[in-house]
Amino acid sequence: MNRMQQSVDSTQAIAESDAVAVERTLAGDRDAYRVLVERHSHNVFRLAYRMTGNRHDAEEVVQEAFLRGYQKLGQFAARSNFGTWVYRIAANYAIDRMRQRQKEDSRREAPKAEESDGMENDPLNHVQDKAPTPERLTQSIELRKQMELALAALSEAERTAFVMRHWEGCGIEEIAAVLKSSSNATKNTVFRAVQKLRQALQPFVETKTQARAMGTES
Amino acid sequence: MKHLKEEELIAYREGVAEQRSAISEHLSGCEECRSELERIEAVLAALDTLPVPDPGGDYGRHVWRQIAPRLPEKPGRWWQVWLQPRRLAAAGGVVVMIVAAFVAGRISKRGNAPDNVASQEQVRERVLVVAVGEHLGHSERMLVELSNTVPNNPKQKEVNISAQQRRAEDLVEENRMFRQTALQEGDAGLASVLDELERVLLDVAHSPEEVTPAQLEAIQKKIEARGILFKVRVFNKELQERQEATKPAPAQNQSAKRERNKA
Repeated sequence: MNRMQQSVDSTQAIAESDAVAVERTLAGDRDAYRVLVERHSHNVFRLAYRMTGNRHDAEEVVQEAFLRGYQKLGQFAARSNFGTWVYRIAANYAIDRMRQRQKEDSRREAPKAEESDGMENDPLNHVQDKAPTPERLTQSIELRKQMELALAALSEAERTAFVMRHWEGCGIEEIAAVLKSSSNATKNTVFRAVQKLRQALQPFVETKTQARAMGTES
Repeated sequence: MKHLKEEELIAYREGVAEQRSAISEHLSGCEECRSELERIEAVLAALDTLPVPDPGGDYGRHVWRQIAPRLPEKPGRWWQVWLQPRRLAAAGGVVVMIVAAFVAGRISKRGNAPDNVASQEQVRERVLVVAVGEHLGHSERMLVELSNTVPNNPKQKEVNISAQQRRAEDLVEENRMFRQTALQEGDAGLASVLDELERVLLDVAHSPEEVTPAQLEAIQKKIEARGILFKVRVFNKELQERQEATKPAPAQNQSAKRERNKA
């Protein structure tokens, strides 16, 4: 059996097992919901973090998504995929949370950098050459700051569309359902998001590439 | 040769292009468009390096522990979640105060008809102010306790903070409710302080029940670094001043009358 077939089989097995857990939960077995929460929490957290940009909000989104999922489980269509369904609930709540956050942040004096991630999560540590020269550190910090700013500058719809499409690989129809928009409009939103990110980040990415070519990075 | 538009290249890269094969064909023969696509890819590749923190291997269990007490017995209608004991306790306090404030408002209204609208506004604000004041007081006490906790002896390997942790879990619930109410009421200053407090409460609620002295010190340093105790105290004081400012007029009138009578 090849790897692709194994992956398809495993996805089907999870979906079937999810369907059983949903049925048991609806029949009154509250612990069955625990299986679903434990199985899907990491994925929902990843989506929530990318959408909200901070851990605190991401954790709130995850908890609310599963709470709302439980409350609405009666509306869940048996043929659907629970993972996709709770994902959509999380994306919707994350949009609400981002709106609230924007209002809150606009009243604060200065934006705060997300605590604790620090240099151990330096984005450029994930690419090939890791020698921490001063130039490289400066560029890494600057590039990361610019990427966070560029993402924060997207509208909620653009950020949602970009995160769901680019990072989470969701289908256009699925994203359109979250954004309550048509497929064509959703494609345009993905395009606008990438275009804005490109405009904001291209100079920094080019500087980085030039520096590498000139050998200022080891 | 007509080159591809940026829109087409992005749609191609993100897998949403309609004429995928035509774009592929063009790219294979056009170096300029290939370079443009590479520039787009470089930006996206840089974005892909943005890390997502690992929430930990037992994150699923942690989420379950957080939400399990808030789940109704059976999945059902949205309002059932508000009948959970913990939410009822928090909401109940607010409701009692709303009713009390309403009754007070009715009494004050009789003797003060022209100021009716203003006094109702004051009553509404007083309700929120009193409830949030109590919440901030409870949070402050818990954080002070935690900040002052020290190991009983230098050799102690673990310190039990389960009492503070459980209180933090309850306070997170209340805090979230007040923060959302403050936002709905347009009180951004209060919402902001509650938001910062929530982060600290979550940190405590997520800590293990027993921590090493080093972990305890790290939690205490975090509380100190955020200056949350100071912010809570300052805001609580401000709330008390607001409470004074929104005290019902009749009491002031009567006291003024008494002063006048004395004179």
